[in-house]
Parts: sequence; C-alpha cells; structure tokens
Amino acid sequence: MSGRVPACENVLLVQAELDGELDAAQAAALEAHRADCPICQAAQQELLRARALVRGEPYAAMPDDVRARVMARLRQTAPPAALPPRRRWRWDWLRGPSLGFGLGAACAAAISLLVLLPGNNDLVDQIVASHVRALQPGHLEDVVSTDQHTVKPWFDGRIDFAPPVRDFAAEGFPLKGGRLDYLGGRPVAALVYQRDKHIIDLYVWPEGGAGPHLTSDTAIHGYNVVHWTADGMNFRAVSDVERGQLDAFAALWQKP
Amino acid sequence: MPNASGDASFERVVLPHLDAAYNLARWLMRDGEAAEDVLQEAMVRALTYFASFKGVNPRAWLLQIVRNTAYGSMALNRGHESVPLAEESDAASAVELVSCDDNPETALLRTRESRQVRTLIAALPVELRETLVLREFEEFSYKEIAEATQTPIGTVMSRLWRARQLLAQAAAAEGLP
Repeated sequence: MSGRVPACENVLLVQAELDGELDAAQAAALEAHRADCPICQAAQQELLRARALVRGEPYAAMPDDVRARVMARLRQTAPPAALPPRRRWRWDWLRGPSLGFGLGAACAAAISLLVLLPGNNDLVDQIVASHVRALQPGHLEDVVSTDQHTVKPWFDGRIDFAPPVRDFAAEGFPLKGGRLDYLGGRPVAALVYQRDKHIIDLYVWPEGGAGPHLTSDTAIHGYNVVHWTADGMNFRAVSDVERGQLDAFAALWQKP
Repeated sequence: MPNASGDASFERVVLPHLDAAYNLARWLMRDGEAAEDVLQEAMVRALTYFASFKGVNPRAWLLQIVRNTAYGSMALNRGHESVPLAEESDAASAVELVSCDDNPETALLRTRESRQVRTLIAALPVELRETLVLREFEEFSYKEIAEATQTPIGTVMSRLWRARQLLAQAAAAEGLP
C-alpha cells in the first residue's frame, strides 16, 4: 500500500468492509481472497491505523456564541411563507407535478407546461450540479481573464461555435474568465462572472432544432437559474445571488 | 428556537444537525471566522429552501448546502486560503479537546497527539478532507457521502482511500502511533 494507485484492486473492498459497506457474501469472498493476498493484508493494517488516529478525535463542540449568532440570523430571515407568491409557486412546482392541482387555473397551466417539457428539469439539475462542481478549487476557469477579447478567442478550436462574450464590470458584473463544460452530453461555453460575493456561471450553446423558447426559471437548493435565447444561442445563468440580481444580469445581456 | 422561523418543522428537522454543519464548515474552511460565515449563510439558505426539501435525510441535505456554500466562499477567496487549524491558540484547543476521564498526564499527551492529527487532516486536499470528515466524524455511508458531495460512489471510495493513506503515512512520518 505504498503507491497512490492500489496494487491490488481489492483493497477498496477491504476498505469497504471496514466501513461496513459489504454484505455477508461479499465479506466472505473478500476474506477468502485476503488470506492469500499480502497487499490486502497490509492495506487492512494501514486502514485500521488511519481509522484509529481519526476515531480518537472528539467532535468539536460549537461555541455558544457562534450558536447564538446563527440563531439570531435565522430569526431575522423571513420564513418561506412570507415570501412573495411568485416565488412560492415555483417551489411548489419543484415539489412535484401533483402539487399543481391546488393552484389556480392559470398557474396550473403554466406548471403543467413546465413539467411536461422533457428534459428541462434534468437540465436544470445538471446546470446547478455543474455550477457547484465548478466552484471547487481549480475548476472555475480554464482561461482567467477579465478581458472579453482574451476570453472569446480562447474558445476558438475548443468548441464548435463562437459564444458571445461580454464584460459588465461597469454594471457590477465583472467577467472573471471562462471554461469548457458539458451539459446534456454536449460541450458548452461557460462564462464566469462575479457579483459582489457571489459567482455567476453563464452557460452558452447554440440552439438545437425546434426547442421551445423557454423563459422558465427555477431555484434549487438556493441556486437560481434563468434562461433566455438570443441570436441563435441558448443562455442559462446560474448563481446563488438573489433572484433580482440574476434577472438584472440577464437583462444586461438582452440589451442590444 | 421558538418562533424563530415561523416553521416548527425546520426547527425539528434541520436544527438538530447544526453541530454537524458547524463541524463540516470548520473542517472545510479551516478557520473559525470563515467557518462561521459559511455556517450562517448555509443556515439561511437551508431555512429559505427548506420548503423544497423533500428527501428523507436532512443531515445529508444540510451538509450538502454547507459544503456548496463553503466551495462558493473558497472560489471567491482563491489565493487567500485560510491557514490550517494548527495556528489556533493552544489553550483554546486544549480545553476543547480534553476529555473528563483523562488524568492530567494522559490528557496532555492526548491533546498534543490530537492536535497533530487534526493538523494532518487539515492539510489534506479539500476533496479528500471532506470525504474523510463525512465518513469518520459524521459516519456517513458511501451513498450519503456521494449524495452530499455530488460525487460518484467509486470516486468517494478512492478519495477515502487516498485520504487515509496520506494520513497514515504522514502520521508515521511524525512518529504518531
């Protein structure tokens, strides 16, 4: 157990057994293998050592003052029920199609339209997941530049279309860079913007075929997603900024 | 938290996991102040979006929010990474870590070893660190870790492996038992 890549593929099973992830049959099979595999025997010893080191550590208690400040902050936060109706039906929609029944006819029609559009929900999930993944260290930008004339040519040769790149630093949405990403199995351009203490990812790809011009928007786990199309391109912006700010960002893009 | 959120179920379902949220924020941010910022933002986000929570595992759901918030914060502060926990005041961590059952001599030894171990964990790359912390401190299953970190189970397993391997090797190099 010295290299980064385990020398016996079963060492991950040794670990899984230690973590209580194997059923009895799998454990028995592993036991039979391990009896003759010095690599797995050594792996088990080292895993047990690593576990003993960590398991001795107490759970750090949360200081009372931190708890008090968190509670105070929560008390100031408006409960979901106090938010405007427009936001609420969007959540209701997220809970599932069956919830549409209790709502007004107009809302219900809008909701069923959203629910019936194939793939829309998956794509939103993918966009949020991709955005969060990109926030991990070293994943945010492949080209780091606040200059649209640097970011735009970077996509040449990396992607089969030329995404529009604009900087809105003057309006409070400075461009930070760009990267290549994948959504629904196709490469897309991701432009990275900053708004105060938040990151906005803008995914751009060409409109394919007769897709509906969705202007739906949604929120998942605190991330807002807005969508628009222009000049034959799909745009989807995702961020944890407030909805109003993301709308302002979208409006800037849609200004000629 | 009476009347705090106007929603008793948030209090009942999510708040019991506040300590876990704090712990994860501490381990991810490696700095008390940054961790509190992340915790505050994550809890507000959890409260706001509690209505859309439909899963069965509020702990994994909350820790996913904490983790996403922490990554957002790290993305903004890239280049200004926090100093690992090792720099924290000795007195404070000594008080925090000593268990009542220890006699003074054992306690002192334990405290020193404990600080070394915590420093080694803090030095792990963040994706290995979070996987290890969720497994060992939260006792999450592989599936729960996969859910909270939005990572395939195979990747969870190999990250856990690398984390433990790095930790065991570093501990051996420092002469820890």
